[in-house]
Amino acid sequence: MSFLRLLVALFAALVSALAETAAASRTPWTGPELAVLRSLWLRDLEPLPPDPGNRVADDPRAAALGERLFADTRLSANGQVSCAECHKAERTFQDDRPLGQGVGLTTKRTMPLAGAARAPFLFWDGRKDSLWAQALGPLESAVEHGGTRVQYAHVVASHYRAEYEMIFGALPDLTAAPPSAGPAGNPGEVAAWNALPLSVRDGVTRVFSNIGKAIAAYERRLEAGPSRFDAYVDAVVSGRPTASLLTPDEIAGLQLFIGRAQCTQCHNGPLLTNYEFHNTGVPARPGLPADDGRWSGATAVVRDEFNCRSRWSDAGGRCPELEFLITGDHAQERAFKVPSLRHVAARPPYMHAGQMATLAQVLDHYNRAPAAPRGHSELKPLRFKAAELRQLEAFLRTLDGPVIAAGASAQPTAR
Amino acid sequence: MNAPQTRARARHRRAVLLAGAMVAALGLTACSHALMLVGAGAKRPAAAEFGFGPRPSAQGRYVATLLPERELRPRQMHTVRVAVVDAEGHAIDGASLAIGGGMPQHGHGLPTRPRVTRALGDGTYEIEGVRFNMGGWWQFSLTIEAAGGADVVTFNLDI
Repeated sequence: MSFLRLLVALFAALVSALAETAAASRTPWTGPELAVLRSLWLRDLEPLPPDPGNRVADDPRAAALGERLFADTRLSANGQVSCAECHKAERTFQDDRPLGQGVGLTTKRTMPLAGAARAPFLFWDGRKDSLWAQALGPLESAVEHGGTRVQYAHVVASHYRAEYEMIFGALPDLTAAPPSAGPAGNPGEVAAWNALPLSVRDGVTRVFSNIGKAIAAYERRLEAGPSRFDAYVDAVVSGRPTASLLTPDEIAGLQLFIGRAQCTQCHNGPLLTNYEFHNTGVPARPGLPADDGRWSGATAVVRDEFNCRSRWSDAGGRCPELEFLITGDHAQERAFKVPSLRHVAARPPYMHAGQMATLAQVLDHYNRAPAAPRGHSELKPLRFKAAELRQLEAFLRTLDGPVIAAGASAQPTAR
Repeated sequence: MNAPQTRARARHRRAVLLAGAMVAALGLTACSHALMLVGAGAKRPAAAEFGFGPRPSAQGRYVATLLPERELRPRQMHTVRVAVVDAEGHAIDGASLAIGGGMPQHGHGLPTRPRVTRALGDGTYEIEGVRFNMGGWWQFSLTIEAAGGADVVTFNLDI
């Protein structure tokens, strides 16, 4: 009997050692899985792509000016709204609200900014094709900053003249311009705008676009910092012990994330987004106007006043994203942007109109895959057990980390 | 002496059987683990079916070779040249090329609308606007229309 007992004991030891391996101590990953893990690793993030449409994108003086403009509440109708009011530095540059709140209530969840410069299209429906063009949208939105481009040009002339002129050259003469006027303002502001000579309007729009370019030069530096997940991949890849880095549940969740749950179909690459737009059957938020997402966004970006082909862009007409853009494809109906999952656990509520309060609700949605309110959901029900959903959630919580503001002018931001 | 020997042999046999069962159990665990990565949908072709070519068209009219400007990486915009010859190896100029593709295992197409932007001569064409929005098996197809008729070349790419 002693040989049998020895054998059983050996087997028990072997099983326990393997369990330990699978849990944490050494890599439980197959070759293909390891390749996927590496592809999600922040260390493999590509260098920040240039922004040919913004000639000051990498000018530190523009970033310093942009950082001040980002926080300036004078750039609003009521003197109380700045970019930083909704994109809160201490909250991964978002506001924790289901719908963004400016001078009025918006119809969309405020998006975080880390890594935003890497996306070819901005906003939930991708109706802007650069970070600088995106920054101009909220400034003229009646429910966000609520002001006008003439008002903002006056703010620059009064408070930022020297810094502005050092970067962009002389400000135009604004003596003929009223305090507030713009093409997206109230009827009085629109009428005042239309009454201005074309040369003044062009001069003002040039200043307005440069405000966007300075803000983009600042925002461009905001990048996701490493998370516990990255420390884990680092240890796995270099063969160091991983026991203290992720729990068995987190590792099991990671295995599901890259495996059966197929999350990496969309949430891939080091920022866990493919930068595309998908219909995942997210229910409409009651009380909001109908929203067909990318279907409208793709045509809006082609017509956008500040897109890559516009005369305000520095791209010289070289605009591959617009040139090879898909429009009029029914798969775009109610398709919304795939957000990065970096810091995801730290920023409920979720989805484009804050429809889901918790990560558990989001995972339940993917588990059930309900039909889309319009268009066709790309999801298929996962039919996972409750324990597996908890493991997926545990993994998502390992993606938390700092937002890093690269460059000299900006401060690192603790979350 | 005989009975204890038989018992010992029986114990030995049981132990060997038990060990075998244990090894099988471990093997099964490992296999189910590997199966987790297998997705639904179409079956991935053999390794020999992958690559930039030269690859013959479905009806054998043409042979095409892809010449990417740089390594194809997910989520990036690429320019890819393609060289087209007929079955005898003669360069085909003046062809019209329509680009298609997608991920058969995921049921989606290309995320952009790539097209030929330049004919470079000597049967070579430049395709711009090519993007693959995730890693894995992609199909990239060229519908070639030239004097020899219409035909399709389908490349399997591992991005």
